[in-house]
Amino acid sequence: MPGFRPALGFTLLYLALIVLIPLSAMLLKSLQLTADQFWNILTSKRVLASFEISFGAALLAAGIAAVLGFIIAWTLVRYPFPGKKLFDALIDLPFALPTAVAGIVLATLYEPRGWIGQWLGEVFGLKVAYQPLGIVVALIFIGLPFVVRTIEPVLQEFDSAMEEAAASLGANRWQAFSKVIVPNILPAAITGFALAFARGVGEYGSVIFIAGNMPYVSEVVPLLIITKLEQYDYAGATAIGMTMLVLSFVLLLIINSLQWWVRRRSGQL
Amino acid sequence: MSIQLSNITKQFGAFKALDNIHLDIPEGELVALLGPSGCGKTTLLRIIAGLEQADQGQVFLKGDNVTEQPVKNRQIGFVFQHYALFRHMTVFDNIAFGLRVKPRKQRPAETVIKQKVHDLLQLVQLDWLHDRFPDQLSGGQRQRIALARALAVEPSVLLLDEPFGALDASVRKDLRLWLRHLHHELNVTSIFVTHDQEEAMEVASQIVVLNHGKIEQKGTPSEIYDQPHSDFVSRFIGQTNVFKIEDHAHEWLKHTGIIIDEPQGIVAHVRPHNISVEKPSDPAKAPVTLRDWQHLGSLIRLELQRDDQTASPTTIYAEMPNEQFKALALNKGDRVAMRIKHAHWFN
Repeated sequence: MPGFRPALGFTLLYLALIVLIPLSAMLLKSLQLTADQFWNILTSKRVLASFEISFGAALLAAGIAAVLGFIIAWTLVRYPFPGKKLFDALIDLPFALPTAVAGIVLATLYEPRGWIGQWLGEVFGLKVAYQPLGIVVALIFIGLPFVVRTIEPVLQEFDSAMEEAAASLGANRWQAFSKVIVPNILPAAITGFALAFARGVGEYGSVIFIAGNMPYVSEVVPLLIITKLEQYDYAGATAIGMTMLVLSFVLLLIINSLQWWVRRRSGQL
Repeated sequence: MSIQLSNITKQFGAFKALDNIHLDIPEGELVALLGPSGCGKTTLLRIIAGLEQADQGQVFLKGDNVTEQPVKNRQIGFVFQHYALFRHMTVFDNIAFGLRVKPRKQRPAETVIKQKVHDLLQLVQLDWLHDRFPDQLSGGQRQRIALARALAVEPSVLLLDEPFGALDASVRKDLRLWLRHLHHELNVTSIFVTHDQEEAMEVASQIVVLNHGKIEQKGTPSEIYDQPHSDFVSRFIGQTNVFKIEDHAHEWLKHTGIIIDEPQGIVAHVRPHNISVEKPSDPAKAPVTLRDWQHLGSLIRLELQRDDQTASPTTIYAEMPNEQFKALALNKGDRVAMRIKHAHWFN
């Protein structure tokens, strides 16, 4: 193939500068710790709790965002309605908004005396802000556009004759949806889910304003890293960072193989 | 009657796609809906299927009024123009789909489904492809799988939208004959939409010619070809030379001994094979010049030019068998005599 050498060279250079060099610096720093010290940092209760919160909230939020995002993408693609263009533009807002602004706005809305928080408290007895639930809300907000923007083009390209074919063969609406539409959209939905999850695990700005940041309850990993840094515990911070990196990588790898399996099963490979 | 349409009308905004269509199709026919693009033929097919609703009129299938029935209750098989195979399913699962979505009480056992799918795959001669995905098939194979999928639910009527439109010429030829034979074997009432008159002539037992949302003519291929009811049908089916009588064409035709008939209308349509070309007894009096000719396989098409460049038509097309043309030993630029054996007259 022509252009292979410069293209590969450029790709490797980019990877090295942006990804590999910073990551190896982090690895080197964490190697200052002995295995025992490393293990002790990771297995401290506070760190374990924060991992559980970060990954749990990110998975839950990505799952909810995947369902909501699918419905929003479906609405945007399938139905004409007034103000559709404006609504479509609003979807991307979380991309552009400084995450701190989003966090403060969400916290104000969902706090016990806020517009939504007040109502949720009265009707359902639910507290969102300054609770783990607040983290999930912030991560759904951040993750939603990833899902909508990955599903939307696939839905747009979906051949509606396939739906008509299902109906002509006697399928009802639910059967056409579950047996024909969903399997065709699933790979894109998984991609959207993975993106929302990856973003959610590392999210810092919007979360810290709404989470309440109570150790063991609502403290996320990125915040714990910052806390360590502020205490000049650089080795501790890198140890947590390193672990987070490996865990995220493994999870994304699992999601990718799930994706591969779905595609293969549906003849897209 | 297997299919009856009465008074079908459909409008898209200000555009009248179908205008008061009445059509009866007897059991077991293979009917072509033929017409130029935008004539409403696909809309009509989709209304019969229930994929589209008519503004007015009724659809009867096997005597039942199905006008209000959704497509899934109409017991029809529909083959889509681009096949619309389910991309995420194997060939086997595609064909089994119609059986598997049946309500639990009517759904056959999985072993019965398996047998049935393999029978259908054998019918379309593609059993060896059962575990492939649609993207791995050629156009002709997809077409036949789409047909097998539609036949799996044992439809009372088979509807095909431009079934050969997306195939290359050689595959198309084979599939046309194959479809005709398959129809003989199954004898299920079928309608297919096409804009290709040759295809309609070759495959169908009945042709319905549509134009501007109206039926121009309905009949067997030979009726349509030999007795066109209108100017449009005559032009659309096969090639034809159009002589307008008011512009002195008739005088010229009579004067040069080309035609002996008295005019029976204002336009005369003459098929190329109804014009015979001969060596003239006196080249000076011969009416036309042989400008060029083309090989159409067993036939030769001759381009004959009139001297009067303002006359219409200036170029007249004639056809004759290859052998006969060789025997005449004509060259480009020769003056030739011609005679019209038969004409269709329209007003």
